[in-house]
Amino acid sequence: MTAVPPTVPPTAALIADGLPAPVPEEAAPAGRLRLVLGRMLASRGVLAGGAIVLLLFLLAFGGPLLTPWNYATPDYLAIRQSPSGQHWFGTNGLGQDVFAQTVRGLQKSLVIGLLVAFFSTVAASLVGACAGYFGGWTDRALTFLVDLMLVFPSFLIITIISPKLRGTGWIAFVALLAAFNWMITARVVRSMTRSLKEREFVRAAQFMGVRPLRIILRHILPNVASFLITDATIAVGAAVMSETALSYFGFGVRAPDVSLGTLLAAGTDQAPVFPWLFYFAAGLLVLFVLAINLIGDGLRDALDPTSEGTRPARKSRTPRSGK
Amino acid sequence: MTTTVETDLLTVSDLSVDFNGVPAVRGVDLRLRRGETLGIVGESGSGKSVTSLAILGLLPTTATVSGSVRLDGRELVGLPNRELAAIRGRKVAMVFQDPLSAFTPVYRIGDQIVEALRIHQDLDRPAARKRAAELLDLVGIPSPERALAGFPHEFSGGMRQRAMIAMAIANDPGILLADEPTTALDVTIQAQVLDVLRTAQRETGAALVLVSHDLGVIAGMADRVAVMYAGRVVETAGVDELFARPRHPYTLGLIGAVPRLDTGGGPLVPIPGGPPALATLPPGCPFAARCPLAEDRCRTEEPRLTGADGHLAACVRAEELAEHGPAPSEVYPVPTVPPAAVARPRDERESVLRVTGLAKTFPVLKGSVFKRKVGEVYAVDGVELDIRRGETLGLVGESGSGKSTTLFELLRLAEPEAGRIELLGQDTAHLDRSAVHRLRSDIQIVFQDPMASLDPRMPISDIVAEPLLAQGAARELIGRRVPELLRQVGLDAAHATRYPHQFSGGQRQRISIARALAVQPQLLVLDEPVSALDVSVQAGVLNLLQQLKAELGLAYLFVSHDLSVIRHLSDRVSVMYLGRTVESGAVNEVFERPRHPYTRALLSAVPLPDPAAERSRKRILLAGDPPSPTERPTGCPFRARCPVHTALPSDLRTRCEQEPPALAEAAPGRDHHAACHYPDA
Repeated sequence: MTAVPPTVPPTAALIADGLPAPVPEEAAPAGRLRLVLGRMLASRGVLAGGAIVLLLFLLAFGGPLLTPWNYATPDYLAIRQSPSGQHWFGTNGLGQDVFAQTVRGLQKSLVIGLLVAFFSTVAASLVGACAGYFGGWTDRALTFLVDLMLVFPSFLIITIISPKLRGTGWIAFVALLAAFNWMITARVVRSMTRSLKEREFVRAAQFMGVRPLRIILRHILPNVASFLITDATIAVGAAVMSETALSYFGFGVRAPDVSLGTLLAAGTDQAPVFPWLFYFAAGLLVLFVLAINLIGDGLRDALDPTSEGTRPARKSRTPRSGK
Repeated sequence: MTTTVETDLLTVSDLSVDFNGVPAVRGVDLRLRRGETLGIVGESGSGKSVTSLAILGLLPTTATVSGSVRLDGRELVGLPNRELAAIRGRKVAMVFQDPLSAFTPVYRIGDQIVEALRIHQDLDRPAARKRAAELLDLVGIPSPERALAGFPHEFSGGMRQRAMIAMAIANDPGILLADEPTTALDVTIQAQVLDVLRTAQRETGAALVLVSHDLGVIAGMADRVAVMYAGRVVETAGVDELFARPRHPYTLGLIGAVPRLDTGGGPLVPIPGGPPALATLPPGCPFAARCPLAEDRCRTEEPRLTGADGHLAACVRAEELAEHGPAPSEVYPVPTVPPAAVARPRDERESVLRVTGLAKTFPVLKGSVFKRKVGEVYAVDGVELDIRRGETLGLVGESGSGKSTTLFELLRLAEPEAGRIELLGQDTAHLDRSAVHRLRSDIQIVFQDPMASLDPRMPISDIVAEPLLAQGAARELIGRRVPELLRQVGLDAAHATRYPHQFSGGQRQRISIARALAVQPQLLVLDEPVSALDVSVQAGVLNLLQQLKAELGLAYLFVSHDLSVIRHLSDRVSVMYLGRTVESGAVNEVFERPRHPYTRALLSAVPLPDPAAERSRKRILLAGDPPSPTERPTGCPFRARCPVHTALPSDLRTRCEQEPPALAEAAPGRDHHAACHYPDA
């Protein structure tokens, strides 16, 4: 007996327990996918976040068309100039246009951030859930792999294999970043899966004859989704920054090409004196991560049916049928 | 101790408790005289536990308490914590539901009792220790000196609850508050603990407030009863009066909703709907929405608790009820159970499940890196089951008797460690993977906890569709079946897009049943399907199960620790003890003429919701706890606790000690088997 107010909405409590319900003829009830989608689109955060990301993409790929300047070509008449009508975001020490550089960098970073976060989360959830669910030798082998990846100095491996990957472009780069980013998440997913596996609804699914991979996809992963989503949103920002470190090894984005990461790395020490070298890139990155967070929060709430209780303002938007 | 019977020891008047503006208790009046037992009965959320905690001032700081609680004329509400602490344990002591969490796990039992003694009494350590040993002896803990040095986790549940009672009576309190003291325990252990509570009360002369949801326990223990509903007392009377002539329709419904051990079969009386949400209570009587006798005036004003000669009821039609004294089934609509779909006699019906000699052991491992086997747990060691089409087999046993292991072995549909499982005539030992997958649609399970067995992140349309998907059903079929199934179990098909947490416990269990029925199984395994539900809701689910069985010709394997429910629903019953089937047979045979001493003890331990019958019954109390399943006893596994064995002359005893009894027929051709050497002793 608790004093917590019952979570059952009054409408649900009114359905008589034991009395036959009226028999309306209706279409097949909506499945989870449609419900989650509907709930997501009903959330203001997701719409705002989605709009921001869309605008950032527009800026990144449309921006170069707006400015006459090229990101690499220096303007020797304007060195370290503050933002003006000619150079919107100012220029750097070589006279390169910061706006052109920023939008160029944004192109790279948007794609890298999103793809790395996506791939590493998928890898982490699959490896973690399989290790936790199947147990036994699968668990031992996968956990060993995770531990191995964790103890190996990742930069050492990257230096060794990077010469071989030269010229393969940004996809290989994304794969490498993702490959060194998923292990800790996988370990957490594994332990969460192990406790979920003992829950009765997973047992029930097993006894119904649902195949193991289906159980992982339908029951395990949705129930660890809150953690995965939070983790993925953090990974987006982290991926943008770690790409800078790779550039240091001469791998990934190299001068004169730029990314938000390299721009920030170059601009950090000059930020107090020449703020335009740092703050435009930093601002866009913050905006990007913020937007991803908004989408992530919305997705998490949409997947978690109990979340509406804590946000009464959104309650009216959830699908309520029948009454 | 001075006993002045006339004055009330504890007077609670107009007690109200709010949690952040949500009421939990709304104006409760109670009176407790010296030495009497007051039973507070109610369903979950009725405010009975909050009331008992509020008396002791043990509520969290988010609770706002108003009204008055007077102990011996002294007001307790609003008393500073320091002064309350001097009263708690000294004048009013509490026995909690879960004795494991009520003891600090890192201190020895003895130290905790000594601490309780020395806080309130001026005793030196050796004297307090001696007193603690006396107390443990009083509550029937064997070798109390040694038990003092034990940690809480080393005690079994029943022993912990005894120790808890010992601690509660340590300072000779005037009042014992017991909040669901036996809910977490098995029936035979419950009988022991209730007996200890009576002893403790007799020794200390304390008054007892017994909070319980179990009408049987209340009927057997209480002198007076208060029935709570939606945060208020709706009826209070002497125990005989209350059970014989209830004046509130809710009490009447509760009495009708309880399945009884002494009468079997037929539909129960369900109270429609569920308890109201206290946050949004409509004006008028809170029970009006569920009450078949509700009139217009019930919905405008909440009736006061009134009545003559100590029998008070909060109902405008209490007089009428008192005058006519109708049976519950005359007031509440009772569903009719259609005639069974399978009407042939049992011998002609085909077998659905046959289990012979099933065994399952778990290794006991030691060591962290290199695990070595140091022993075996004989979880299941000789189970026999036989279920025919359209029949319900009740599987009874206390916790640790191997019920769940048996179920999981059945549902695994693989070759058992020993013995034979035949499902629909197919031996599970010789099945390939696709055959197992096909067979899965014939055997489905409903779990105990309706919250845990439904994925919280899935809408119920997907939950109910899951077994169909697993069997590769077509989309159109699933789309048609889901609303049909929901209606079949009495839910609104329009609610298919809701999530499990939006439903009440009884409704969730109906969803579970709908899911199990989706693939049209032949055998439904029901693992304690109603033990997590309130009595009034449980009746509805049990009626549904009876209806479905009759309509669809299902066979049930109904697992429960509650013998009354088994008696009510089953055609045949099988009793397990320590992983073995000790008695089986037709339900009336077994319940009326039990042959195994364990069955007899079990049956006598079940409390009846009828005070008069409860007082006249002879109780067989079993000694001690079930032995550990890590040792395989020679001879009869029950003999250590067996009252028949101890009464036997020594030359007959050797047979029990040396020869394990086999299941033997009571008479040739009679469906009644017992594994006892001396079933007629």
